[in-house]
Amino acid sequence: MTESLMINIAIAVLFLPLLGFVVTLLLGSKVKQIYLFENIILIFSLIGAIILAFFKLSSFDNTITAEFVWIDLGNTPLMGDIKITLGIILDNISVLMIVVVMLISSLVHIFSIEYMRGDPRYNRYFAYLGLFTFSMSGIVFTHNILMMYIFWELVGVSSYLLIGFWFEKKSASDAAKKAFIVNRIGDIGMFIGILILYTTYHTFTLEEIFSQISQGVLPFNNDAWLTIAGILLFAGAIGKSAQVPLHVWLPDAMEGPTPVSALIHAATMVAAGVYLVVRIFGIFTADAMLFIAFIGALSALIPATIALTQNDIKRVLAYSTVSQLGYMIMALGVGAYAFAFFHLITHAFFKACLFLGSGSVIHGMHHEQDIRNMGGLKNKMPLTYYTFLISSLAISGVPLTSGFLSKDGILAGSFAFANLTGHWLFPLVGFFVAMLTAFYMFRLVLLTFHGEPKDREKYEHVHESKFIMTIPLVILAVLSFFFWYTPNPIDPGKGWVLSEWITAPELYTPENTRYEFMIPDEVVAVDSKVMFSKMYDEAMHTAHYPAMILSLIMAGAGILLAFMFYYWNKVNVSELVEKYKKLYNWSMNKWYFDEFYDKTFVAGTLALSRFLGKFDLKIIDGIVDGSAYITKGFSFFIGKFDNVVIDGLVNFFAYLSGFIGLIFRRFQTGRVQTYLVFVLVSLVILLFIFKSF
Amino acid sequence: MTTYDLIFYLFAAVTLISAFFVVTNRNIVHAAFYLLFTLFGIAGIYVMLGSDFVAIVQLIVYVGGILILLLFGVMLTNKITNVDIKTGTIHALPASIVMGLFAGALGAAVFNTNWKVVELTSAEASTTGLGVMLVNEYALIFELLGILLLIALIGAASMARR
Amino acid sequence: MLSVGLTHFLVISVVLFSLGIYAVITRKNAVMVLMGIELILNSANINFVAFARYGDFGLQGQIIALFVIVLAAAEAAIALAIVLNIYKTISNINVDEIDTLRD
Repeated sequence: MTESLMINIAIAVLFLPLLGFVVTLLLGSKVKQIYLFENIILIFSLIGAIILAFFKLSSFDNTITAEFVWIDLGNTPLMGDIKITLGIILDNISVLMIVVVMLISSLVHIFSIEYMRGDPRYNRYFAYLGLFTFSMSGIVFTHNILMMYIFWELVGVSSYLLIGFWFEKKSASDAAKKAFIVNRIGDIGMFIGILILYTTYHTFTLEEIFSQISQGVLPFNNDAWLTIAGILLFAGAIGKSAQVPLHVWLPDAMEGPTPVSALIHAATMVAAGVYLVVRIFGIFTADAMLFIAFIGALSALIPATIALTQNDIKRVLAYSTVSQLGYMIMALGVGAYAFAFFHLITHAFFKACLFLGSGSVIHGMHHEQDIRNMGGLKNKMPLTYYTFLISSLAISGVPLTSGFLSKDGILAGSFAFANLTGHWLFPLVGFFVAMLTAFYMFRLVLLTFHGEPKDREKYEHVHESKFIMTIPLVILAVLSFFFWYTPNPIDPGKGWVLSEWITAPELYTPENTRYEFMIPDEVVAVDSKVMFSKMYDEAMHTAHYPAMILSLIMAGAGILLAFMFYYWNKVNVSELVEKYKKLYNWSMNKWYFDEFYDKTFVAGTLALSRFLGKFDLKIIDGIVDGSAYITKGFSFFIGKFDNVVIDGLVNFFAYLSGFIGLIFRRFQTGRVQTYLVFVLVSLVILLFIFKSF
Repeated sequence: MTTYDLIFYLFAAVTLISAFFVVTNRNIVHAAFYLLFTLFGIAGIYVMLGSDFVAIVQLIVYVGGILILLLFGVMLTNKITNVDIKTGTIHALPASIVMGLFAGALGAAVFNTNWKVVELTSAEASTTGLGVMLVNEYALIFELLGILLLIALIGAASMARR
Repeated sequence: MLSVGLTHFLVISVVLFSLGIYAVITRKNAVMVLMGIELILNSANINFVAFARYGDFGLQGQIIALFVIVLAAAEAAIALAIVLNIYKTISNINVDEIDTLRD
């Protein structure tokens, strides 16, 4: 396995889904079975991704890059040399990520075969899935921030197509538009960030930007601008990863087909934001990281409280996604880099499993999504139930699951961070949200699968989904256990993922803008396993066991509460709701985010448009009308002048050209041979004029 | 006056005289048969120039193919029963003048140019060399010509049938 | 008479060319015009081969002559198809009567 072979495989992995998209889209209406082509191509991509990951992790220590010059404008005035290169990077992060993306994507493809059966645009659906997968793998592979932006927008477009797949429904097309526009707000920030970096470094390639930053070249010679650039780039991640305050698109995106939700929320679109932050982690200053951590903490807390009261099975999962992404972002903000990426991977598996499980439930219930009408499904759909339960345990952070490992790491990281810097808000939020997560997930499990069926008639018709739908569930549930990641179920640090695959990130920021614990000391040089510095390592070590015990208590408390509320009925839920009506409504209405945006931004835009419309009507039109009168008067005189002088001139020229035409018209006989004679004659004349002999 | 020169003049005479009849004969079928001699003479001239392969291709493609095609054209486009196979010339005098002028210009160019002539060192059959060149540096053009011929074939068939 | 050299071949080519031009200009029948075009192509070919023989170009002139022959074949096929089409439309192929180019 050579480097160039690796690059070739990576290119194949990247472009195969695009091939699938093009072929499936073009032949979709003619060949009925073309969706199988898309599925097979995805399997090939998955195999390629696994090969890449295997060889990269086992035999290459270095980062493999390949690039080519895409546009070379040469030396231009004002801008200097403009050269845009595109390229592929293969390091541990990107190969791990591509395996996750391809695995989830192919499982979603397989799941969709049955779930979408009978849809009038069946083949087009698979084409869109291919485009989505292609765009996401582009983000994963890119070594260059402009290409990242291009694929970033491609993900936006393909998510628009998929969320609005059932565009006949107004809610679906609205949700698609909302997702697109809200994402765009974040993307503007990201674009400005890219421009700041480009004006300073004259390159889009991340590696070159990093090396220049580490040499002390700062945007506008000021480390504040580095912070701003970092935050602006992070704004793109806020939009894509649905962080507060741009999280509003994600719950609405549930209008798309359920497998699409699984794809968007587990491994692809929302993960892109986290992946971006992971990629450019080295350029965040302490201030930028604090901002990121705050956004992450808010995004973990607010959606978790909203998820408590939602009744739509997919919406609960959607808010839980935002909350878990908030965890990852917060973890990145507090410097728990490895655990954030680790959580991205583990979360991808169990959240995909949860979404596909909910898809299986919805399919079985004939498109019923309200958990108040479910219940007792455990006996009817055992396989769905057990896989759903395993992933719920994982997301709640129960030991022996993958979620326990990664979430525990994040909590320990925030704990250590608080210890080192005094920001106690983050662990507080972290542990509280851990409890909320366990509570709402088990509320979901209990209401859906346990208890008495609420809707007898529907319940009678429920059946377990077909084999082709349950097999992805089983695979994903098995991937939610700990043994894939570490041999020791309570200490992720001993496992191969964290000790060997995800290594400490390189930092490029000037040392005076970093946290104290992120300045490397002599220990780092000796032991490459140490993250950042000895100080941080010790803090993590001290935080590990308290954090683990606390998180266990919190998860246990959450699960216990859920059982008290919804299984043993120790607490009367409706009474409690009556008692705290205000709080309940606040959560039920999603903190009134949508209403707030409607009242402020949307209404503001509308009011501004109305005002401008009025302005147009009164003032601009008035000016136009006034000038029209003046023009009319003026035109009258001009008209007279025209009739006499200009027309006379024009007529004269008309006669003149008519006269000339009379002569030359004889040459145009319409016969090819005559024309040939003219050509020859002129050729002879030219020969004698230009003769050199 | 060597044998080479003699043969050359023979072929040149065949070519030019039959070409003259091609141009002036009123009967199209006769003209086509004179064209056969012209093409044959040109093939001879190719041989005189040491390009045996081109000469053979000239015989096969021109004499065997294009000429037959032209004859088909004659047969298909004239009412043979009416013996309307003769065809006239139009404005022959101005055409002769123009042609004379043009030939004069070209002839002047030929005679007044100081051609740099490299004498042939060895005379060997060119077929091998041509074959090697066709599949090496001219491979792409070779393929493209193949496609062009295919397109011409399909195009001609579809146009003629419409 | 001087011994045969490059000039002789070029003169043959010039004469053939002029005859071809003459045929193209004067003949009424479209097939005759095509024959004239064939003469012109052949005269050009003689030039190529002659320069290949007397110049320092190796076999490239001959290669191009080959390509010209191929193109001539394609051209003849297409041109005859066009002639047939014209014949079908106006039931004769006299070039001097085809003057729709003027309109």
